[in-house]
Amino acid sequence: MLDSVDDLPWSTVSDLTAAVGDGRLSASSVVEQTIARIRQYDPLLNSFTDVLERRALRRAQSIDHARERGAKPGPLAGVPFAVKNLFDIAGLPTRAGSKINRDAPAAARDAALIERLEGAGAILVGALNMGEYAYDFTGENIHDGPSHNPHDLARMTGGSSGGSGAAVAGGLVPLALGSDTNGSIRVPASLCGIFGLKPTYGRLSRARTFPFVASLDHLGPFARGARDLALAYDAMQGRDPDDPASADRAAEPVVSLLERGAEGLRVAVAGGYFKCRTAEAVYAVDRVAAALGANRDIEIPEAARARSAAFIITASEGASLHLDRLRSGARDFDPAVRDRLFAGAMIPASLVVKAQKFRRWYRDEILKLFTEVDAILAPATPCSAPLIGQETFAFGDAELPVRANLGLYTQPISFVGLPVVAVPVPHAPLPIAVQIIAAPWREDVALRLAHALQTKGVVAATRPTISGEMSGE
Amino acid sequence: MKRATARRPKSAVRKGPKKRAAKGRRAAPKANELKPPQTPEALVAASAQALGFHIDPLWTDRIAFNLRLILNHAALIDEFPLPDNSEPAPVFRA
Repeated sequence: MLDSVDDLPWSTVSDLTAAVGDGRLSASSVVEQTIARIRQYDPLLNSFTDVLERRALRRAQSIDHARERGAKPGPLAGVPFAVKNLFDIAGLPTRAGSKINRDAPAAARDAALIERLEGAGAILVGALNMGEYAYDFTGENIHDGPSHNPHDLARMTGGSSGGSGAAVAGGLVPLALGSDTNGSIRVPASLCGIFGLKPTYGRLSRARTFPFVASLDHLGPFARGARDLALAYDAMQGRDPDDPASADRAAEPVVSLLERGAEGLRVAVAGGYFKCRTAEAVYAVDRVAAALGANRDIEIPEAARARSAAFIITASEGASLHLDRLRSGARDFDPAVRDRLFAGAMIPASLVVKAQKFRRWYRDEILKLFTEVDAILAPATPCSAPLIGQETFAFGDAELPVRANLGLYTQPISFVGLPVVAVPVPHAPLPIAVQIIAAPWREDVALRLAHALQTKGVVAATRPTISGEMSGE
Repeated sequence: MKRATARRPKSAVRKGPKKRAAKGRRAAPKANELKPPQTPEALVAASAQALGFHIDPLWTDRIAFNLRLILNHAALIDEFPLPDNSEPAPVFRA
């Protein structure tokens, strides 16, 4: 029960909307407290690039006035949220983590998902740090500085939605949006120990966001619980003609299905390529598998090759997007991004087309697996959060580069657009997440399992003690 | 908990070349296979000219490194047999 703004930082979306809905808290007081907490802790986390205090307060006041007039509050009434800074926000240039885009004209209109969340009563409070042009798994940004992991400020958040991970894990907002092309929601969810949903490709509108790889880009929410993810997801669903990839499907709400839990669902663990090689990943997958009674392994065929194909398509489409900027402003890129984009522009087109052909073959093989199982478990990241600036990590007998390999387990899944919920498994000293992978359009399956695991206490977004914050505050 | 390894379903039967990629070791390419150049600097220079890029010489090593990495990934795809009538998925529909 949420009765005071002092309880706000770690409250659930459900508690918050209930408190605002029945007048125990005003939306204005929620926003004021949220902004104050951002001002206090974001200098440590570096998760926000823009704080929209005036806009958020105006919006909160309109919600409070509507409630006083007897209007029914929306399902997300008074919920503060923030978005990765590749979402258009009216009045701001959409920087997408870059220096170059800061000179772009201000966006004329909010991104579609911002409009949908605000239509449900949520309140946008700011834009969040991210890896440049989303070509990143670390959460580091050469222009804005790295986001810091709330569980250990010396460690990475993961990326590229690093600010989204830090802001939710650090209790600055209960809800954030990010993008996921190859793992950019699931990797920060894992390293920051929170829940993240990457829906089916085409499920949520990408209209008015800055793209990276059109044929792989997804948007989705981060939260500190499965129900909170579902509440946000339900508010954002629905066809949008402004996104060419938006599927022609009606909304399929999931919140009312969550209590069905794991009953009747067949769950297997991904073997082969997905076999864990660090103690923390082994622990997390085993714990989730045991709780769900997942006692068989299943092989996702050609997963390594799928990752290679995702790598090629990403490099090529990403480079194509930035060709003009590479010609006119190459020195203004992060060098690590620039050099990969240049290389991506030089791939022979015949190999890119072959990767797209392989993608269809792989999709057909994956779909066959879902006649045997309803969900597949796999680690979200090969390790828990590395130190900021760390270049390699131990992976079995090998040392792998961090920047290229944090998405080792996420790339073969998003490659064919499957819906995934990343669920955080508490582990000392740092959390790590497991991917719950479902068949296309079955976000309900992944969210039901995530909710069941959370109810059992197997997965949870543990509360960090941010340096300088009193434990138990 | 010890998990049983299910028998590989028919759907998961490997249709591509055997094991080589999965084990991370590549045999020497055959005459008709993609051979990623170990020193792709010449390809970088030619591509830069064709695409109108002005590349600082200090950047060439890193670009060549990244191009070699991409072409190694591409070799895994190139060796995978696909039928002539296979369709690409540029706008993927799940």
